[in-house]
Amino acid sequence: MLYFSRLKTASILGACVLGVLLSLPNLFAAPAAWLPWRTIHLGLDLRGGSYLLMEVDMSTVVKERLDGLADQARRSLERAGVRPYTITQQVADNRLTIKTPDAAKLDDVAAALRELVTTTGQGIGARPDIDIARTADGVTVTLSQVALTDRANQAVQQSIEIVRRRIDETGVLDPVITRQGQDRIVVQLPGVEDPERIKQLLGKTARMTFRLTDENADPSATVPPPGEDFLPFADKPGQKIAVRKRVEVDGANLTDARAGQNGQTGEWVVNFTFDSLGTKRFADVSRANVGHPFAIVLDDKVISAPVIREAITGGRGQISGNFTAASATDLSVLLRAGALPAPLTVVEERSVGPELGADAIRAGALSLGAGFVFVIIFMGVFYGLFGWFANIALVVNLILMVAILSMLNATLTLPGMAGILLTLGMAVDANILINERIREEVHNGRTPLNAMETGFRRARSTIIDSNATAFLAHVMLFIFGSGPVRGFAVTITVGIVTTLFTATMLARLMMVRWYAANRPQTLPV
Amino acid sequence: MFFRPLLRIVPDHTRIKFMRGRFAGIIVSAVLSSLSIGLFFYPGLNLGIDFKGGIVMEARTDGAADFAKIRAALEAQGLREPGVQRFGSDSQVLIKLETQQTEKATEEVVGRVRTALEQAQPGTKLLRTDAVGASVSNELFWNGIYALGISLLMILVYIWFRFEWQFAVGAVVTLLLDVTKAIGFLVVTRFEFDLVMIGAILTIIGYSTNDKVVVYDRMRENLRKYKTMPLRDLIDLSINETLNRTLGTSATVFLASLPLALFGGATLSGFAWVMLFGIFVGTSSSIFIAAPILLFLGENRLRRDAAAPVAPPKPVR
Repeated sequence: MLYFSRLKTASILGACVLGVLLSLPNLFAAPAAWLPWRTIHLGLDLRGGSYLLMEVDMSTVVKERLDGLADQARRSLERAGVRPYTITQQVADNRLTIKTPDAAKLDDVAAALRELVTTTGQGIGARPDIDIARTADGVTVTLSQVALTDRANQAVQQSIEIVRRRIDETGVLDPVITRQGQDRIVVQLPGVEDPERIKQLLGKTARMTFRLTDENADPSATVPPPGEDFLPFADKPGQKIAVRKRVEVDGANLTDARAGQNGQTGEWVVNFTFDSLGTKRFADVSRANVGHPFAIVLDDKVISAPVIREAITGGRGQISGNFTAASATDLSVLLRAGALPAPLTVVEERSVGPELGADAIRAGALSLGAGFVFVIIFMGVFYGLFGWFANIALVVNLILMVAILSMLNATLTLPGMAGILLTLGMAVDANILINERIREEVHNGRTPLNAMETGFRRARSTIIDSNATAFLAHVMLFIFGSGPVRGFAVTITVGIVTTLFTATMLARLMMVRWYAANRPQTLPV
Repeated sequence: MFFRPLLRIVPDHTRIKFMRGRFAGIIVSAVLSSLSIGLFFYPGLNLGIDFKGGIVMEARTDGAADFAKIRAALEAQGLREPGVQRFGSDSQVLIKLETQQTEKATEEVVGRVRTALEQAQPGTKLLRTDAVGASVSNELFWNGIYALGISLLMILVYIWFRFEWQFAVGAVVTLLLDVTKAIGFLVVTRFEFDLVMIGAILTIIGYSTNDKVVVYDRMRENLRKYKTMPLRDLIDLSINETLNRTLGTSATVFLASLPLALFGGATLSGFAWVMLFGIFVGTSSSIFIAAPILLFLGENRLRRDAAAPVAPPKPVR
């Protein structure tokens, strides 16, 4: 217990020096690019910024899948010669129901639908993507759980990519975009005080389609003709136009979109370029429909419906529709970044201005400083020399915590600062335990050396037991907590680990060295 | 101060008969905890936005805030019963709105508050916006409860593993009593109960367990050392022996948390007050609750051969 080999002494001191070195990057900017310069990041609650938790609307994903399925089913049934039939959707149950008045034909229906089954997943995990079941008067087609999870995963991954592209376009520095759970995306925007514009950008699915219109239909009728929709104009409230459901060219076929001004009118427009497939399709459609209007539809609203004057073969086009400079820029950003697979809803928003963050840092630093001084004075007054050893260990403890948090690239939040403070208060507990124990052993009549030895040994299991329970509690907090509270859990768990080192190794080393150098007859306890 | 300790918290070799107060301790604690449980149901915790959902916005107006005007502008935007209050200084305003029907509506409301503030007092700056939808707040709440529950369970298992089962039961029952009192404290003080408070309660649990473990550890050691001492005397002896440490550690954690309570700012001072309360409760429960429970549970089990009481050992000087 009392003997420290040279190697052990060297490693303890080495760890301390390493800790100092690793915590330095927090004080200076990197002097050279090649140096590993890891620092603690300030959380959004301290530096100011916005946190958005967004939910991908899975019902849209399901609905789209069911739409596609209904379309396929219709074709299969036509081929099989089943008629008449009805297809209804139950989105909440992920199900289609197909009914036909002639019960004898239900087997044919089921057989026709079986053609649609494909498998998702691989190997043992492979499952059919739809389940087909006969009921008393119909056939149901249900999306299987595996297929749903698969779709959801795809939709979230795709959304993250699109969200990243859209945010990158706005020039926000260091955005952090991560997935959370099944269907959520966390967007962290440091330095963004007012996330209104970004929320607007992310709030649109931005699915753009080019479709033909029906000039003969009357948009004031209650039900649109089959295969058509009555869609409202984006800039003329109340007005509607009959648009064919069939999508001629999709926004996914765009390679570029830029805001610009029309040379003649000075009006703001969005210029776009198609990829080769889009160019070809657009050329075919425009050639066949010269003299007729087509509609540019964005998220079920018609932006404009110009008349095709001549075949457009160059793959370039222009959208005009009463834009301002800002709205033309936003639309071009959305088109460049691509469409979201499903709408996103903000379910949690937290934004903090830099002023408040600075206030919080000041208050936190002040409390931290005051708490530190209080603890140091207390230890000095009540435990004398060994208390001062504990205080030195405490300073090293703080430095090591900073070093480890930097290595982890951890985020320091306001509750995290409280965690550091509490760690400082709890850290000296181990020293108090050891000191009290040594004092008892001295009173039991042991020699100084023997008392120190016994004190260290007996206090050790107590220190481990008492820290293990606190460690467990905060690991749970990290797992179940979210946001700034996780920062609290991180600082405390890191603090418990560094405390075990500084209080039992470093402080002990100091006490033993002091004893070896002085050989005192009595201990200052 | 730099070599010999200047002061002692309590003198050495105290012989306080703590176990005499065991009934009083448990009764007082049980009454306080029952009251706290009652308070939990009525009037209930002041749930913060994390768990209740809704919108909280903090703004700084250009010059003194005109609360009536702001309230009127908010109502003009169709926001019913907005909570508008002074926050810290004359130009600082706190606006609170209840959860909206849907997540989408909540988002729109944030925008409308901005508009209303701009109309009422141009130049107003938003310092902070927190908007939490109903589904998220529900999840956050349950995750917090899981964290608390699983922590308690793990502590139970750990202590059971390291000590006898009587110690584990004693520790967890005491922790439950501590936690209920902390909740009672939260209800009485009206501090907002949010995620940070769950952190505070978990820290209290960790701290309080730590305290119990130290006392239990000494009891275990003494059980081996004094094979014939009656359990009651042995518990008293163990508490007295660890008294300086118990109070010393409580003091340092208390001193570390105190500045946070005094100048930690709105977010952390509530947290720190709960910590201070928890330290007090946790320290006293180690002595007056955890130890007596052990005495009741262990009287005939931990010490089967305690036939005749033996005088406590003389300290060797």
